[in-house]
Amino acid sequence: MAVTLPHASVSSAPSMSEVLPSALGGWRPLAWLGYIAVLVAAPLVFDSGASISFLSQLGCLIVFGLSFNMLLGQGGMLSFGHAVYSGLGGYVAVHVMNASAAAGSGLYVPLVLIPVVGGVAGLFFGVVLGYVPTKKAGTTFAMITMGMGELVYAFTQLFPRFFGGESGITTSRSYGSGFLGFSFGPQIQVYYLIVVWLVVCTVAMYAFTQTPLGRIANAVRDNAERAEFIGYDTRKVRYLLLIISTFFAGISGALAAINFEIVGAESVSAAHSGNGLLFTFIGGVGSFVGPILGAVAGGFLTTKLSDYTMAWQLYLGVFFILFVMYAPGGLAAIFSANWRVLRAGLFARVLPQWLSVVAASAVMLAGSIVVVELSYALAFGAQKAAAAQFLASLTPFWNAALWALGIGLLAAGGFWLMKSRKAFRNQWEQVQADMAHGSQQAPGGLA
Amino acid sequence: MKTNCSEVFALELRDVRKNFGKSEIIRGACLQIPKGERFAVIGPNGAGKTTLFNLISGRFALSSGEILLNGTSTQGLKSFEINRQGLSRSFQITNIFHRLSVYENLRCAVLWSLGYRYSFWNRLNQLRDARERADAILEQTGLTARRHTLAGALPYAEQRALEIGITVAGGAEVILLDEPTAGMSRSESDAAVELIRKVTAGKTLLMVEHDMGVVFGLADKIAVVVYGEVIACDTPERVRSNRAVQEAYLGSHVSDDTKQEQAA
Repeated sequence: MAVTLPHASVSSAPSMSEVLPSALGGWRPLAWLGYIAVLVAAPLVFDSGASISFLSQLGCLIVFGLSFNMLLGQGGMLSFGHAVYSGLGGYVAVHVMNASAAAGSGLYVPLVLIPVVGGVAGLFFGVVLGYVPTKKAGTTFAMITMGMGELVYAFTQLFPRFFGGESGITTSRSYGSGFLGFSFGPQIQVYYLIVVWLVVCTVAMYAFTQTPLGRIANAVRDNAERAEFIGYDTRKVRYLLLIISTFFAGISGALAAINFEIVGAESVSAAHSGNGLLFTFIGGVGSFVGPILGAVAGGFLTTKLSDYTMAWQLYLGVFFILFVMYAPGGLAAIFSANWRVLRAGLFARVLPQWLSVVAASAVMLAGSIVVVELSYALAFGAQKAAAAQFLASLTPFWNAALWALGIGLLAAGGFWLMKSRKAFRNQWEQVQADMAHGSQQAPGGLA
Repeated sequence: MKTNCSEVFALELRDVRKNFGKSEIIRGACLQIPKGERFAVIGPNGAGKTTLFNLISGRFALSSGEILLNGTSTQGLKSFEINRQGLSRSFQITNIFHRLSVYENLRCAVLWSLGYRYSFWNRLNQLRDARERADAILEQTGLTARRHTLAGALPYAEQRALEIGITVAGGAEVILLDEPTAGMSRSESDAAVELIRKVTAGKTLLMVEHDMGVVFGLADKIAVVVYGEVIACDTPERVRSNRAVQEAYLGSHVSDDTKQEQAA
């Protein structure tokens, strides 16, 4: 079931080639500039050491998510083993970094080019390990990638000299003579190194969607049989697509190795592959920007949220399920749908119902958080996370009051949402129909 | 049927057989289609017409016999290889790229034949020849106004037109259409016949069709398939008067037509 669930939803998500151009229209250059501006400015706003480290991590996650979605969104190939390629890229990068740092090893690659090493390593393993799974499509492909992932994970335990066993392989990124005066010791320099590679990768992967092979991958995703009858060997299309995506996965692995200065077995694990899937799905597989949004949201849910609550995994899981069920197009589809209505000047018409739904969801969310946190505090007591500590220190009276408040909010929000959802949907569909009508009249009027 | 040994046919079936398990679905089908002719394949349900198409287009492998495309055997070729040799087909159930726009559907269909293959170094929007060819097919199929519509959102008749467009877009010389007018209204199917006539001009056409109006309007020759064999292959007039065909299949249609003629 877990295999078919996201896969089935993929086919109902809007096409990649449709969402971006039509939603953005002439705003696309501006969107690129905004993307770069945000990346450059982010550490100026969030300037604590932990924030910059987190932002660097997000950069690696975005490259990983984009390369994962090359398979899932563009080619309809659900991989459960994508971390294999980023992880192995990371391992090779770490070894090359260590060899470069060691005197007399005869190998020197400057740190700024280490991502290329990771990319080539990812690509190499894509060529070797991708040949068998891409013979098949759909569920069979997903199953084989899962097996491959387990296989490679087992290898990390079998060959401790290369993989470093339990503890992994450590490295230092400040070797050699630096680059243009940067030593890449300070985290902020590493952040900007990651940003440069992130922008390069994003541009390259977007450009790929606009090539013949990129478009034929869409065709194979939609209808592999038809693609065979317009002259394409769909197996070869899948293989090439996987190889190209593993190149970028390898780059993300090398960037993570530079960032953390350690690569361990968890970097090739099914859990890491699963995160790629979860984040990308939350962001939206049907759109190029989906994985970017997903990596940011997922990064927050896994890294930042765990500082405050022990229940972060529960939130992530519930989040994922809600998206699969109610918003299979992910955050990107939600944004682009609202943006379209906004641009058509019809947002005022849905605003009352929209606000009602959002407010009801917020109330329900607040109620759920209170109940979940109380339950965790009850089960685990005053451990680690801030929220649980606070709740465990409450007097019985306040504790009971909070329980009542949480359940009350949950029930009230749920009831309100149930009521407002239908009105919202009716109004929303009305507006969508009017918009479709309006856009169809233009060409019809010409003819 | 007279055969000229030296003549190279666009498509030739020699004693083609196909078994599924123990049951033989195609039992020694023979057919010779000269270049540039339009053939209709008719026959009762379950006669093996679509199976025949699947064999010709490489979707299924033959159990025995031989299929020649322009005089060359297609033995062992995959469907995409047969397509590259100049044979293209449509499907009985609409088979398009649902989540791509109409224009993208057609542009995908011309890429291979224009030599772009698996290119990831060209920019699609800079390929003038691909755009012009896709636009030309849009024009021919009357879908220009639908250019940016998602193929999956098209009305049925337009999806069928798009499917015919995809089938001919690659410039194949031999075109197989599997019930191109199935499920259409009278006026839609008239339009489809005109479209097929236009886009297959000068090409070899093999078409499965149930609608006798379409068959008699479009086909130079009719091949009648019954129980996995081609029992007759001739001009529409002679097939109409062929006693074996009347008994096996056409009987009711002929008498209907005769009644109508008498009434008029």
